[in-house]
Amino acid sequence: MANRDDIKFLSNPKIGGQRKKYCRFRKYGIKYIDYKDADFLLSFVNEQGKILPRRITGNSLKYQRKVAAAVKRARHLALMPYVTDLLK
Amino acid sequence: MRNYEVTFIVDPVLSGEEIKTTAQTYSDMLKNAGAEIVHIDEMGLRTLAYPINKRNSGVYYCIEFKVPNGEIIDDLELALRRDERIMRFLSFKLDKFGIKYNEDKRAGKIGKAKRPKSKEKKDDRRDRRGGRRDNRDNRNRDNRDNRPAEPKKTEEAPAKEAPAATEEKKGEE
Repeated sequence: MANRDDIKFLSNPKIGGQRKKYCRFRKYGIKYIDYKDADFLLSFVNEQGKILPRRITGNSLKYQRKVAAAVKRARHLALMPYVTDLLK
Repeated sequence: MRNYEVTFIVDPVLSGEEIKTTAQTYSDMLKNAGAEIVHIDEMGLRTLAYPINKRNSGVYYCIEFKVPNGEIIDDLELALRRDERIMRFLSFKLDKFGIKYNEDKRAGKIGKAKRPKSKEKKDDRRDRRGGRRDNRDNRNRDNRDNRPAEPKKTEEAPAKEAPAATEEKKGEE
């Protein structure tokens, strides 16, 4: 007799479960994005230093704009690179 | 009153005193023009993310000040632009959240309160990525389970070799 433990799923049932994305600025009440805090801004760019789209970061439009502006200011001040490779 | 923030990069080739006087001239200039200096942040020598004027590092200064109107900004920017000691500058008008953020940062609230948060977020991301990888591994495992033929073959192969080896040994004997 097959026990409950012996039953194996053909595919992992946890794979399909997508985590709901959320805007971290709204969730944690962050109102201001500092362009001098390059370490924080690094979480919004990919390895090449490109700004990640909202579709991936989950930011709301209001804060995505602010993030983009902050990243661009940081780039101007050479706190972040315009173009690179292997940033992370 | 409006709050502004001007960040500039001073050429690191200058001597330490010259760098300080450079920053001092601008704070003096602002004071003379009727601005109230809120804070001067010496961010110090940092390596640049990309070379500017063939320099790979720069001394960062950030001056936060209050002025009744923004007329001074034009003069300040003109002076910064003409100054050869300044490699790059950025003037920025702070909104109420920015003012509060800077106050909190000076009070040491943000360094403690916000950094861990951001780190948590980063950790979350890593976890997520790790989770994905784990899922992939699980998938592979599942695939292996679905196709038990391949591993069995590999198991059989050494088994065949082993008896052959024993036979050879026998032959030697």
